Amino acid sequence: MTDPSAEPVPEPAIAVSGLTKRFGDRVVVDRVTLSVARGEIAGFLGPNGSGKTTTIRMMCGLLEPDGGEGRVLGHDIRRERRAIKRRVGYMTQRFSFYEDLTIEENLRFVAGLYGMRPVGRAVRDTLADLGLTSRRGQLAGALSGGWKQRLALAACLMHKPDLLLLDEPTAGVDPKARREFWDEIHARAAEGLTVLVSTHYMDEAERCHRIAYISYGRLVAHGTVAEVVAGAGLSTLVLTGGRTAEAARALDGAEGVEQVAHFGATLHVVGRDPDRLRRAVAPVAAETGARIDPAETSLEDVFIKLMGEARDNA
Amino acid sequence: MIGRVLSLGRLMALLAKETIQMRRDRLTFGMMLGIPLVQLMLFGFAINTDPKELPAALVAPTQDRFTRAMVSALELTGYYRFVAPDATAAEAERMIARGDVSFVVTIPSDFGRRVMRGESPSILIDADATDPSVASGAISTLGTVAAQALSRETGAAAPAPGLSVVVHRRYNPEGVTQYNIVPALLGVILQLTMVMMTAMALTRETERGTMENLLSMPATPLEIMLGKIVPYLGVGAVQVVVVLAASRLVFGVPFVGSLTLILAGVFVFVMALVILGYLISTVARTQMQAMQITFFFFLPSLMLSGFMFPYRGMPGWAQALGEIFPLTHFLRLIRAVMLKGAGLATVSGSFLALGLFVLVLALAALTRFRKTLD
Ligand SMILES: Nc1ncnc2c1ncn2[C@@H]1O[C@H](COP(=O)(O)OP(=O)(O)OP(=O)(O)O)[C@@H](O)[C@H]1O
Ligand SMILES: [Mg+2]
Repeated sequence: MTDPSAEPVPEPAIAVSGLTKRFGDRVVVDRVTLSVARGEIAGFLGPNGSGKTTTIRMMCGLLEPDGGEGRVLGHDIRRERRAIKRRVGYMTQRFSFYEDLTIEENLRFVAGLYGMRPVGRAVRDTLADLGLTSRRGQLAGALSGGWKQRLALAACLMHKPDLLLLDEPTAGVDPKARREFWDEIHARAAEGLTVLVSTHYMDEAERCHRIAYISYGRLVAHGTVAEVVAGAGLSTLVLTGGRTAEAARALDGAEGVEQVAHFGATLHVVGRDPDRLRRAVAPVAAETGARIDPAETSLEDVFIKLMGEARDNA
Repeated sequence: MIGRVLSLGRLMALLAKETIQMRRDRLTFGMMLGIPLVQLMLFGFAINTDPKELPAALVAPTQDRFTRAMVSALELTGYYRFVAPDATAAEAERMIARGDVSFVVTIPSDFGRRVMRGESPSILIDADATDPSVASGAISTLGTVAAQALSRETGAAAPAPGLSVVVHRRYNPEGVTQYNIVPALLGVILQLTMVMMTAMALTRETERGTMENLLSMPATPLEIMLGKIVPYLGVGAVQVVVVLAASRLVFGVPFVGSLTLILAGVFVFVMALVILGYLISTVARTQMQAMQITFFFFLPSLMLSGFMFPYRGMPGWAQALGEIFPLTHFLRLIRAVMLKGAGLATVSGSFLALGLFVLVLALAALTRFRKTLD
């Protein structure tokens, strides 16, 4: 009776549907349905206050959903919180390790809580793995942002979780440390770790296998970066040279033009309909002496459009 | 099965972390050891020393040799210092009411005459007994001193007239003995430090943002509670040793009863206190709130436990209210064992009550504990 062509579909690492959370009578997360496959790096994007942190907290059992359901690593997010906690590494948005403990003491604490034996070996390995050995005696409170982030990452990786939930892990971290951080994440994902990472950085979104965009608590776009860009249905024209400031003023709010943004000496003009966009841009370009080139629509342009739309039907 | 709610490994991790944090928090750590010492010394001495040279007023319409003899005899005891040696009754009344003097000694005008006639004379001492232990030393020596002074004056040959000294303890007719106070201080000091410190236990984590992290890891509510309270049992033990040693060595309080029983009582009491503090920290959202709740609890427990006022002197409803404070039961227990040498059978009721507090408070705390950030 079994169909030989049907591969057993592995259960996704995260599968939530209709997830809803209210604070008072404000709906902060509104029927979010999301699925993340095992081994995938999923980016979680959205403006400030859109509900990213709240959604992640519901996934790891830190907040009780008001509606919807979900499974994380095969465990029910309402009933099997303890099982989820054991197998998930959660890195909070705000640094939340003990500032009056040293790096090593913090890691010892974590190792003890996850029941790792022997604790000493686990701590030593983790310190070495993330290049923290030389600073192990420093108080966590005295660390700079980059080192704090590294400690937090070390702590949520040390019990070898199957899923990492990272809430804006690179906020306030310099480019080199960010690069190293992403290399680390990709290396772990290649070994089978699933990662859900929230971020405000476009370049980080582009490093993810798939992204989900949430606005005012609603999931408004998801898929690969290319899919999300294509799904937005935008075209972009770039004006080079000429009097860009004057062109920007003329195009702002013009018929068929959605967004006008400066990029260095060029002007990106975005619209929904390619023909109307060109009709709007051509006379302005001629008047200000600029050259028109078609360009790929950027993820940022897409997000700005999504933000505007969500507000309209909020 | 028990591993689900309590694992030794996780508990040890929590204990290690709490102990390090406690040690690094110099100010709090110092306070935990400093407060009991300072309080014991302050309260202990204020209540216990036999105060000397208390201001007194003399009302003696006829200043004869008997009057003078009486005054100098009283001054010689060292307890009295006559700041108003020739006051009228009205003046003296105002002075004692204002608190300018602690005593008013009234020698009636017929005093000398009655002594000469061999009738039994009397003098009146009004004592400001708002702080009864302050006045008690001065009063207790009174009778003999006065009688001796009088017989010296009348000469050995004359028959010693039966002098009567009438003492009015004003404002507080009850006398509270000094020994009552020091063992009770142990309870009060423990209550202040233990409840206050543990009331911060969870609110501190919430305010520093570490709660989110702690809750995202697999520690159970029972483990977190034990991790928070056990280190304070250690601190409590140090305080107990300090206070008991000081009450024995500095204040000479007798330990009539069994030391084991005393320590057992203290242990159950401290357990109840740390769990009460922990319960407060599960209710409060900020450290400020935790402080307020602690003080809201602290004052009535001082008033109604029998520490400030004699328990049996309170109206029935107040006594009933007093029963809801662990301090009430502890005071009963420690006074009975330490001062009266009571055995386990006598104080089993207090033990039971304290044990019940531990159980009920622990269950309440575990129920109240928020496993999520909601
Ligand atoms: N405990 C809470 N009580 C009340 N409101 C809350 C609570 N936590 C979050 N909110 C509100 O819910 C909304 C969503 O917050 P959330 O932290 O999930 O957003 P976010 O997408 O993570 O934002 P950011 O990018 O700034 O981190 C915000 O408006 C926030 O003020
Ligand atoms: Mg957030």
